[in-house]
Amino acid sequence: MKKRKTAASGSVIAMSGKPLKKRIMDNWQLYAMLLIPVILTIIYKYIPMYGIQIAFRDYKASQGMFGSEWVGLKWFQRFFSAPTCVRMLSNTLLLSLYSLLWSFPIPIFLALMLNQVRFQRFKRVTQTILYAPHFISTMVICGMIRIFLSPSGGLLNLILGSSVDFLTESSAFRSIYIASGIWQDAGWGIIVYMATLSNVDMSLYEAAKVDGASLFQRIIHIDIPELKSIMVLNLIMSAGNLMNVGFEKVWLLQTDLNKATSDVIAVYVYQQGIENAKYSYSTAVGLFNTVVNIILLIAVNKIAGKLSEDTSFV
Amino acid sequence: MKAKAKTGKLSGFSERTSDIILVVICVIILLIVAYPLYYVLVASVSDPYDVYAGKTFLLPSKFSLEGYKAVFADPNILTGLLNSFKYTVIGTVFSVVMLYLTAYPLSVKNLPGRKFFSIFFIITMYFGGGLVPTYLIVKETGLINNMWSLFLPGGVAVGNMIIMRNFFENSIPKEMIEAAEIDGASKWTTFIRIVVPLSRSIMAVMVVFSMVAYWNDWFTSMIYLPSPEQAPLPLVLRNILIKSSASASQASTISGGYAELNKMTEMIKFSSIIIAAAPMLVIYPFVQKYFEKGFMAGAVKG
Repeated sequence: MKKRKTAASGSVIAMSGKPLKKRIMDNWQLYAMLLIPVILTIIYKYIPMYGIQIAFRDYKASQGMFGSEWVGLKWFQRFFSAPTCVRMLSNTLLLSLYSLLWSFPIPIFLALMLNQVRFQRFKRVTQTILYAPHFISTMVICGMIRIFLSPSGGLLNLILGSSVDFLTESSAFRSIYIASGIWQDAGWGIIVYMATLSNVDMSLYEAAKVDGASLFQRIIHIDIPELKSIMVLNLIMSAGNLMNVGFEKVWLLQTDLNKATSDVIAVYVYQQGIENAKYSYSTAVGLFNTVVNIILLIAVNKIAGKLSEDTSFV
Repeated sequence: MKAKAKTGKLSGFSERTSDIILVVICVIILLIVAYPLYYVLVASVSDPYDVYAGKTFLLPSKFSLEGYKAVFADPNILTGLLNSFKYTVIGTVFSVVMLYLTAYPLSVKNLPGRKFFSIFFIITMYFGGGLVPTYLIVKETGLINNMWSLFLPGGVAVGNMIIMRNFFENSIPKEMIEAAEIDGASKWTTFIRIVVPLSRSIMAVMVVFSMVAYWNDWFTSMIYLPSPEQAPLPLVLRNILIKSSASASQASTISGGYAELNKMTEMIKFSSIIIAAAPMLVIYPFVQKYFEKGFMAGAVKG
């Protein structure tokens, strides 16, 4: 491994010795490979970013994204005075905050546990089954949720012997959303942790065993320190995504009666933008969402930075 | 201290106990994960009235394949299946080619501008134009009701691209590439003859990821492909699973009246879930062993 590294860096130096123009000419085929991806990214990622300015304009198809009349903060003011504005904001934040609180620790527990299983075949089969729900479409998942929660003959009501229509209860919406999310993705979430744990030197476990450390002590003193940095990284990344509640599941599980908790910004952006064709207004709401998210991201990063000054593991 | 000494003495015993406890917990978790799918599978081959009476918790009741027959007799579902199949095949080929075209140049250490291009792509992971501006650009480039609206806007999956780039950096011996170039092979020849064949494992993972993404997608098609004859399977299933309405074609083919139609709609719910979920559930175990490796390669320099 080491030998390969030095050989590679040696050639880098040799290459860097050539003048820049020659190095660019030498690599023209690599630039040609990048051509289509770069063009697609400019058209479908960067131009829409520039097009966010319709949030400050009154978009008219005839005048285009960059020529419509400038209206300043009109759409933002309209959103803030909308009767459901506060409700949507708090629903969005609470839904993802509660999801995070549950879906962050569970994969870690699963991985720590599975890592201790010594029967390799059993471990592999367990992993296969745990991954399965991740590969199912949200549409199918939500179809299953609706079937299981149906008031007449749904699995949950059969088990409970009741006939509650859970999807019309706004108090149940968050639990349904979070529980099904855990069912679908907690298993898949263990991959990163399992991969990290597979790096632990087996002799560490052996030494701990000789010293009389119990299973629990081995997990606390060997496994968790190994996972700490990736745990912090994962937490920061998900905390920086708090405003990005997935549209699909909420939209598919929303009913008129559970809107008190299921009304979130992402659904509103879709309904206003695509269903009602209020392009400028929808873009403004989406932009506001992004701005709040960026502020949260910066705040979380600052806090994490402070924390990492105190501890040495990040 | 006392506890430590105790476990030390009984370590042989506690090893076995902990093994048993672990396996039991794992089995319970597995049952929780697998049971909903198993229940749907059982219900899909049972009589719907028995399903709703709670007679199918463990085994099918009045086994029949009527539900599956009904699914394959429904022209809307068939069109959806065909569309999904088409989008999945074309989309996967396109995505994987795009991944290679982007990831390989960015993995070449001495490529001038490598850093600029990396940042250029990575920015799009964190910032975007949002729903409407992207929609308007797709519209302006004439892709509404065109299949390519599913592939072009999301053409470069940046997260997967980074995993792939790191794989190239860490797992392809630099000596082989240098030796080929000393022998006079061009960058392109090296890429096709050495890099592509040596990256089959990561390619398998990316193929599966793309297939799953396209097979399961419905949101993109709902926005960009409004005409019903272009709807992929999940979007067709929306009427059945979410809106719970029988399609007009079903209503006309069933003669037994409202009760019979209702029964059919319920049967189709279960069997269509199985048909939509099964293909991906059958495929992913084949590349499972590469998942962790791929994520490791991606995590080295995320």
